[in-house]
Amino acid sequence: MRSVRALAVAALCWLSAYDVSLAEGPKSGGVLRMYHRDSPGSASIHEGASYSFNVPLMPIFNNLVIFNQHVAQNSVDTIVPELAESWAWSDDKKKLTFKLRNGVKWHDGKPFTSADVKCTFDLLMGKSQQKFRQNPRKSWYDQVNDVTTNGDYEASFNLKRPQPALLSLLASGYTPIYPCHVSPAEMRTKPIGTGPFKFVEFKANESIKLTKNPDYFKKGLPYLDGIEFTIVTNRSTAILGFVSGKFDMTFPTEVSIPLLKDVKSQAPNAICVVEPSNVATNIIINSSAPPFDNLDIRRALALALDRKAFISILFEGQADVGGTMQPAPAGLWAMPKEMLETIPGYGPDVNANREQARKLMQKAGYGPDKHLQIKVSTRNIPIYRDPAIILIDQLKTIYIDAELDVVDTAQWFPKVARKDYSLGLNLTGNAVDEPDQSFYENYSCESERNYTNYCNREIEKLFDQQSAETDPEKRKKLVWEIDKKLQEDVARPIILHSRTGTCWQPYVKNVTVMSNSSYNGYRYEDVWMDK
Amino acid sequence: MLAYIVRRLFLMLVTLFGISVIIFVLLRIVPGNIVDILFDAAGYVDPADKANLQKELGLSDPIVVQYLKWIGGLLHGDLGYSYVSEKPALQEILPRIPITARLAGLALLFSASIGIPLGVLSAVHQGTRLDYALRVVSLSGLSLPSFWLGLLILMASVSMLGWMPIFNPNPRTWAEAFAIYCIPAMAVGFRSAALTMRITRSSMLEILRQDYIRTARAKGASEASVNYHHALKNAVLPVITVIGIEAAFLIGGLIVTETVFNIPGIARFLVEALRWRDYPIVQNLVMFIAVVVVVVNFTVDMLYAAIDPRIRFGD
Repeated sequence: MRSVRALAVAALCWLSAYDVSLAEGPKSGGVLRMYHRDSPGSASIHEGASYSFNVPLMPIFNNLVIFNQHVAQNSVDTIVPELAESWAWSDDKKKLTFKLRNGVKWHDGKPFTSADVKCTFDLLMGKSQQKFRQNPRKSWYDQVNDVTTNGDYEASFNLKRPQPALLSLLASGYTPIYPCHVSPAEMRTKPIGTGPFKFVEFKANESIKLTKNPDYFKKGLPYLDGIEFTIVTNRSTAILGFVSGKFDMTFPTEVSIPLLKDVKSQAPNAICVVEPSNVATNIIINSSAPPFDNLDIRRALALALDRKAFISILFEGQADVGGTMQPAPAGLWAMPKEMLETIPGYGPDVNANREQARKLMQKAGYGPDKHLQIKVSTRNIPIYRDPAIILIDQLKTIYIDAELDVVDTAQWFPKVARKDYSLGLNLTGNAVDEPDQSFYENYSCESERNYTNYCNREIEKLFDQQSAETDPEKRKKLVWEIDKKLQEDVARPIILHSRTGTCWQPYVKNVTVMSNSSYNGYRYEDVWMDK
Repeated sequence: MLAYIVRRLFLMLVTLFGISVIIFVLLRIVPGNIVDILFDAAGYVDPADKANLQKELGLSDPIVVQYLKWIGGLLHGDLGYSYVSEKPALQEILPRIPITARLAGLALLFSASIGIPLGVLSAVHQGTRLDYALRVVSLSGLSLPSFWLGLLILMASVSMLGWMPIFNPNPRTWAEAFAIYCIPAMAVGFRSAALTMRITRSSMLEILRQDYIRTARAKGASEASVNYHHALKNAVLPVITVIGIEAAFLIGGLIVTETVFNIPGIARFLVEALRWRDYPIVQNLVMFIAVVVVVVNFTVDMLYAAIDPRIRFGD
């Protein structure tokens, strides 16, 4: 009885202490120290094609709209205004108008107006005099005719046809508004934004430093005095740095599942979250050259995959099987499981699938006495190399003897863009959980990122149909149909969708890790430290 | 002697010219340049934009013109601009040189101050337990990869001290400043010390068997005088050669140590620049390393004459 009473007293004490800490509210001050996994090529988000840009640079900017930074699952329902106060679609859904916030200032003191919105999207659409050095997301705005302004505080996107996905694309961390009065070249070295933090310096391979913007338009924010990113390319050193307390937070979604165990054992108080990252490990097949110009061999390949083996070896079970779109529950557009399992190669009986695959290989002229010799090309980093080795092992079961061809990171994308490969192991990250981004980028005939040469005009019509569909339920059904067809066509067999970890010290508060994108959750305006 | 120095200086210039041509050509033989990397990685290539950027960076000029522009600039102290950071190459390279030089210098100091005395000790006590123990230590130094040793040191620091000696541009205490250079220097200097120790030992063993050493002992010279005054002075020539080679290696070869201890020196920067095919940075850094190697070699040769009066160059 006495122990029960003691427990009750302890619980009450703990609860009251908890109440006190909550009542105290967020604290201002402190510099958040985080390691960065590599040195981004520049300080311009619009010219970057990796979330290595978004993490350190998103806090400098604002978008018109943004995914709610504290809801893990990005969706059109979680989009909130940022530089815009409100938005409205026209009745024909071909015009999206934003009412802009008044009184916002750039970090150099100049006022933000609708002209900046127009300038940003003219640059992105390649319509302005000045040009980006590279413009990786130009195709996101293919359906935008132009951006027009009405006074200083209203901007409209005029579309060629309805595209409900546009709002989600505008809410991505990849879509900040740039100032009209600063050139793209200057934005690469000394970016100016309206965001909660100001750029201080970027020393290549060393550090990126941001400091609090005291004139931020959201009064009272940010809580932090600054953010410092130390570039630590060696993962072991970086993790040791976090464990020793040198860093307050790991680089987001960069802690692998096996490493997470190390972190938890060495820093038991650390808070670690594992979330899907919307990065798919997939096979790219050069279907324009032998032997994979033969559909039977491509189908055999898809049937040979034991996805669960990949997941248990590489992720200790913590990854997901799916099609092109990220699997549920985190993914918004995933095919239902029953539908997925009807696709060849996705059924639960791996042996039966492989038996079928062997028959297809025999039909193509291969068998126990005549193996197909190929090379599996991949990027020379572990997250690419490790699944490639498992793939090679699995291909042996269907008379394919593959050799690993590791390619220097700098040469990987140029090589696949030249179609200078037969079979490749690739990773594809999606900035937004949105079919328009994924389908057009990876599977449309003219896309430069369609590394596999897959081209199906019928399916392209479906891409357009789903893109213009304004009824979400109808659109979802169309997306499932497209995704199923892509898998059946062995366009780019998806092996798995990974999950990764992010850790922070217990005194870091208010961090939310997104569950269907690694690109959108780094504004950090209301992150604070209880130190 | 003067004629020899002039001849060597002339040869140095010829060597540097040869190196400059080799670097330049090799870099352009490697597939892909910065424009390919930027555009292909990003996808959605507009060929006109790509051609514009090639032109802007001077990559569409004939290779001879590109070479002459580089060498011309170099002679005027203009190293060009980094393709990646778009900052002057000199501004990018200069701050990194003292960091690597400090690290390499400390590693050499560690190597010489540990390797030479232990090598002498091992030779003087040949065949004893001490000799065996020192030989095992030196073998471990040669066989342990420095990145592994570095990681072990980091892990030990974290688990025992709750602190790790990785680079910090603004160390708060004297002890931290000492640790962030000395610990990596020891990790990299361990291998170098082992090599120095082995060379010192074998050189000493050879000298200790010479007649003049026996004569010195017969004349009643103390063991310390025999070992350090008569033997070591003559045994040190090959050691200097090794230290010279190590010095040259350390300037460009610290990549692993700089990566493990997160030191923003030139070796790590060079690898990163190579990854991006940032020609102005790679070319100028390799030239810098080449100059260091050539100068160190020259200095070592000059040291021979200073240490051993019997050596006369150009005679």
